[in-house]
Amino acid sequence: MSTVDDVVTRGRSLSTEQLLLIAVGIGVVLLVGDLILGVLDGSYSISRIGRYVTEGVLYGLIMGLAGIGLSMTYSILNFANFAHGDTITAGAFIGWGGTYLIAGWGAAGLGHLALVGPQRGLGGPQLGISITSTPVAIFAGLLLAGVGTALFAVLIDRLAYKPMRGAGGIPLLITSIGVAFALRYLITFVYSSQSRGTTASVPSADLLLVDGYVSLDAHDGTLIAAAVVLMLGVHLMLQRTKLGKAMRAMSDNKDLALVTGIPTERVIRWTWMIGGGLAGSAGYLMVLWTGTIDWQFGWLLLLLIFAAVILGGIGSIYGAIVGGLVIGISMHMSMIWLPGGDFTTITAFLMMILVLLIRPAGLFGGKTTA
Amino acid sequence: MSSTANADRRTQLESLWEHDAVKIIAVIGAIYIVYALIGLILGYSLDGIVNTLRRMTYLIAVYGMVTLALNLHWGYTGLFNIGVAGFMAIGLYVTMMLAKPADPGGAAQYAGLGLPMPIAIIGGVVAAGLAGLVVALPALRLRADYFAITTIAFAEIVRLGITSDALQQFTILGAELGTGGGRGLIRNYDDPMNVIFQLEIFSSFVDLTNSLFGFGPTQARALAYSIVLVIVLAGIYWLIQRTSRSPFGRVLKAIREDEEAAQSLGKDTNMFKIKVFVLGCALMGLAGILWRFRRTGVTPEAFRPHVTFYIWIALIIGGAGSNTGSILGSGLFVAVLFEGPQYLRRVIDQLVAIGDAPNTFAGAVGPLLSANPVPLVRYTFAEFLTLQFVIMGVALILLMQRRPDGLLGHREETAAAIPLGARPSAAGGGSGGGGGSDSVSGGGFAHSQTRDQNDDSDQQTDGGIDAETVGTQADTNDRSEDSESSQGSESSDNTYQTDDSTTDGETQ
Repeated sequence: MSTVDDVVTRGRSLSTEQLLLIAVGIGVVLLVGDLILGVLDGSYSISRIGRYVTEGVLYGLIMGLAGIGLSMTYSILNFANFAHGDTITAGAFIGWGGTYLIAGWGAAGLGHLALVGPQRGLGGPQLGISITSTPVAIFAGLLLAGVGTALFAVLIDRLAYKPMRGAGGIPLLITSIGVAFALRYLITFVYSSQSRGTTASVPSADLLLVDGYVSLDAHDGTLIAAAVVLMLGVHLMLQRTKLGKAMRAMSDNKDLALVTGIPTERVIRWTWMIGGGLAGSAGYLMVLWTGTIDWQFGWLLLLLIFAAVILGGIGSIYGAIVGGLVIGISMHMSMIWLPGGDFTTITAFLMMILVLLIRPAGLFGGKTTA
Repeated sequence: MSSTANADRRTQLESLWEHDAVKIIAVIGAIYIVYALIGLILGYSLDGIVNTLRRMTYLIAVYGMVTLALNLHWGYTGLFNIGVAGFMAIGLYVTMMLAKPADPGGAAQYAGLGLPMPIAIIGGVVAAGLAGLVVALPALRLRADYFAITTIAFAEIVRLGITSDALQQFTILGAELGTGGGRGLIRNYDDPMNVIFQLEIFSSFVDLTNSLFGFGPTQARALAYSIVLVIVLAGIYWLIQRTSRSPFGRVLKAIREDEEAAQSLGKDTNMFKIKVFVLGCALMGLAGILWRFRRTGVTPEAFRPHVTFYIWIALIIGGAGSNTGSILGSGLFVAVLFEGPQYLRRVIDQLVAIGDAPNTFAGAVGPLLSANPVPLVRYTFAEFLTLQFVIMGVALILLMQRRPDGLLGHREETAAAIPLGARPSAAGGGSGGGGGSDSVSGGGFAHSQTRDQNDDSDQQTDGGIDAETVGTQADTNDRSEDSESSQGSESSDNTYQTDDSTTDGETQ
């Protein structure tokens, strides 16, 4: 039943939305115009922009990869999982423990290696870990990060979320904040809060771009390759397998899925495994790319991943990937106007808030694909 | 014979327990006794014990203030604010920037405006409220979980903003200001409590505490400060209690229960939500100011999302929707989860000699293979402060699983102006569910979720009950609605969902 008042409010809110949209549109046009003019008169060098875009894409791939899991749990279990960031950290530590064990076998105590070298002195750089010198250890670690985190995510679900399966999105969200907190400090308890380097330096290639160079090293390449392969794998799995179809059915209408005979509990388990596995892999690749690991990088990444997922539209895995790339690139591009890097995160959060205000359904219109 | 006397006494005690003041005094008193005992075990002198209790009072008062403000947001209106730390930061930073002297004086300090303290505090509170307005105006159209993400993103924007070098020092309208960046601000203005400390009568307070507990002047000042905080807490409690029982408060509860129904009764729910969000944020700003404006300085680190998390635990322990619960919750949070583990560690340290701990987890777990758990125990003990946070997280999970309503959240503080407890047996006539009062509520809102849709007769009688004093309403509801509240606690989660079906019944 729509009353006159309803129509009036709808009209009013529509106009504020349109005003916001116009304001954002003008802002984007101004920035793009400034960018083009700057490039033309040489005040912004093309290679610098190229570097920002490259870094943004790499960062965006990680966020997109991690965002798939967040988006899946959001659409299938109906809650914003604030523990996702710490799952990423946990995965990175699990995976890198494996890499250290394989690459440094015999060079140090097993405990020291499995805990990713908690004490100074004998870490990744000393062991010479890198994709070029110890490729087997890296791939094994990535695999371990994926599988280990998948199982770990199922365990967390069993302990924390399963007892309250029927509860609404908000109680589950609050629970996930508790899980995030417990998990983060459990990681510190086991792995120590020491931040440490993990990789030795690798050869890099300088690519000529008009007026300068953009350098890409072997770890950047590994990140791109692994992320693309994993994303393709998820795409094929969701589109071609029965499980993917069941997931889409569940995110569409849970009761109907149950009535149709879809084993919802099993689908939920697979959701956690895939989401957790991708989160763990993303964490592992992030550490490979940045070369350092610490106990809270996943938590710091979490809100950015939320930004990416919301930008793309919650429930859409392609949205998560595109959102990650857009957020990553715009974060780095913002340094053209706001130098120093203090405002990259703020830029991402503001973009997220704007998207929520103008188009809460996200770029992909909230069409659930997974 | 004696059993009936006992039973009498029990019912007497139970009815005494129904008073909120008794609950608060009993719980806080128990906390004091336990901590006094801990002080005795640790061999503290009298002034040490009183000082411990003073510290507890200070923490409980500050956390209580913020929890009350959050209760106004979430407990009463259903606004899922997880950006509490951001609003506290704005309040404190603005106050400090306004109060700091215009002439920086020392080397590494930044200029302020040098305004008198009361004006600076008002400025901080207003700034926090305005920040709430900026967030609320657009964000209230969003779903609860999106709103949550927006508020936490806002809090992080605030924290990163005050950390950034760009705002370390800036000029606005010709006035030089600065947030100090990552290094923070140092308090180089006079002690804001000097208003009290310079009173004639205060010197006799110092003498009194000296003769009673052996306090020095610094400790006496700290004690006076804590007492002032308790008074402010009582003021905020009174304010929110009044708000929640006013017609304004009843609309808030109606919004929490069913926003569409409140709208359909002609309430501009967005306006109400904005007002209450701004009020809550201003109170959070005030709490942030009182929390730290007397300390030697502040860094952005103080406003990490942890603070928000603490407040949420306190709120959930006490039970969302109950002001008394908020105070009990912050008391229990501070005593058991926040300070408890540290004191427990000290007590254990005092009683048992615990040897040197291994440096890493591997060194602790390795000996388990040879059935030697001692290193693991030592390691656990050494890392107890890390584990404290794990305990907090687990506590939140368990609370959400087992008792999502907390201690007092099961109380249905209904949106009605009249008690809904005693129902006359006569079947209702034709009066509609919403009739009988100028407030939105009538009978239906608080119960519409917990009761079946076809339960018409109940709903209709609600309108016809005589009005009683509003003050005793919560208590009578508490007892007489036990049968419903057990149902209500199960399904209270649905309350926050958009549940279209319920509105149909209301707007007959």
